[in-house]
Amino acid sequence: MTSIAAARMEWIKLRSLRSTWWTLAVTVAGTVGIGLAVGLNSKNATADLTNNALAGVVPGLLLTGVLGVLTMTGEYSSGTIRATLAVVPRRGVVLAAKAAVFGAVTLIVGEAAAFTAFFAASTTVRHGITAPTPGDPGVLRAIVLSGAAFCLIGLLGLGLGAIVRHSAAAVGVLVAGVYVVVQVIGFFAHSAAAYMPILILENSLSTTRPVTCGESCPDFLSAWAGLGMLSLYAVIALVAGGWLLARRNA
Amino acid sequence: MIEAENLTRRYGRTVAVDALSFDVRPGGVTGFLGPNGSGKSTTMRLILGLDQPDGGRVRIGGRRYRELRWPLREVGAMLEAKAFHPGRSARSHLAALAAGNAIPRTRVDEVLDLVGLTSAAGRRAGKFSLGMGQRLGVAAALLGDPAVLLLDEPVNGLDPEGVRWIRNLLTSLAAEGRTVFVSSHLISEMAVTAERLVVIGRGRLLANTTVAELSAGAASLEAAFFRLTGDSVEYAAKETTS
Ligand SMILES: Nc1ncnc2c1ncn2[C@@H]1O[C@H](COP(=O)(O)OP(=O)(O)O)[C@@H](O)[C@H]1O
Ligand SMILES: [Mg+2]
Repeated sequence: MTSIAAARMEWIKLRSLRSTWWTLAVTVAGTVGIGLAVGLNSKNATADLTNNALAGVVPGLLLTGVLGVLTMTGEYSSGTIRATLAVVPRRGVVLAAKAAVFGAVTLIVGEAAAFTAFFAASTTVRHGITAPTPGDPGVLRAIVLSGAAFCLIGLLGLGLGAIVRHSAAAVGVLVAGVYVVVQVIGFFAHSAAAYMPILILENSLSTTRPVTCGESCPDFLSAWAGLGMLSLYAVIALVAGGWLLARRNA
Repeated sequence: MIEAENLTRRYGRTVAVDALSFDVRPGGVTGFLGPNGSGKSTTMRLILGLDQPDGGRVRIGGRRYRELRWPLREVGAMLEAKAFHPGRSARSHLAALAAGNAIPRTRVDEVLDLVGLTSAAGRRAGKFSLGMGQRLGVAAALLGDPAVLLLDEPVNGLDPEGVRWIRNLLTSLAAEGRTVFVSSHLISEMAVTAERLVVIGRGRLLANTTVAELSAGAASLEAAFFRLTGDSVEYAAKETTS
């Protein structure tokens, strides 16, 4: 099967760069570290402690997103793309294989980061607060979906890398799209803010109960709708990237 | 073998390849000769499907490159520009390419040995010298043990030892019955290795001939080449008149 061979090629390429492992290790360490710090400072027993434990997911995501970008743009900056396309001339297959491999790796690492952050934070809560357990309502869902977000933002980065092709520019687009645009949108188009990746993460995916903060907040998406939106962003970026990859010269 | 038919590629107002038709017959070394900027690299990219033609077509053994199921097993190519990641070792780079075309892993060590990179195989390829990078490119081209080889300016920038190595390699690959299509802007280089020549200038075919035929009617092979390409190299003409 040519597509399985293509996936094996992408797996060897991904694992043979030291930067892959460094980035993933820092992703997990950062997510857990921030979760611990925020968790240790939880003083309010009525707060969403699971959400606090997962506070490191939003900054952590940036790393898998950037890794996704570089997995694609690194091929262009080094010229490896020409070797890759000589091996697998069907370009849709190349991007699909990359997305499958990168998606699987970041899903596993993302879940590991989310679960570790949750347990690390819940074993260290102080101030006489009872720690949440995965059996509590919504807790397991919040952890699993937060872990999945690493994969989805990573795939968004991969797709953006295929569209933009230059590392710095593509990272810029990713950071702007995920972290900056939300500020502008929140200001000018209040109700659209609920669809911004970062707010989906903070208020839909990593919470155990619906977030309401009155007039000042938009109507946040439910956890599953939020997951759907993030998936849609990743799919749009990958489809556009694949379309361009097939049409442009390498 | 390789058949190009009316192959045309434009970049904006530049016509890089202009209604180019030629055949590369199986077996032996065919030189692809032309001054800098005459469209050799563009033609190579068109053969590999890395670039799309504006007109015409090119076939390898009757098929388009993208129709080959395991391309590396039929065509091996080394392009002018680098095609490996500086952070990856030569061995991992080749292992990835081999896996992509279901080529046995043992073949990686074979080609590393063949190009003399065994002892450097675990090092990051970004630290390689130009000559070592060139050897890695050759190793990648030979990975699938292909019957057809494309090499774009393989001696460019190499020291005399590297040049000699490439020459011997081309000769031995051809002796094994492979089809070798190798480009150069140096007629002297082609005179040593090639039997047949496809000569282009400004993207157009100037001659599809043999080294013997080309040199027959002129004082030297060099003189024959300059007579052929003289009109198609503006800057060269200017240089000689000034
Ligand atoms: N990607 C490109 N974009 C614009 N012009 C190009 C591109 N590739 C090649 N050219 C132009 O096409 C012509 C042929 O280039 P090339 O195929 O590299 O020639 P050669 O390999 O014979 O030196 C040159 O004028 C070159 O500037
Ligand atoms: Mg060239």
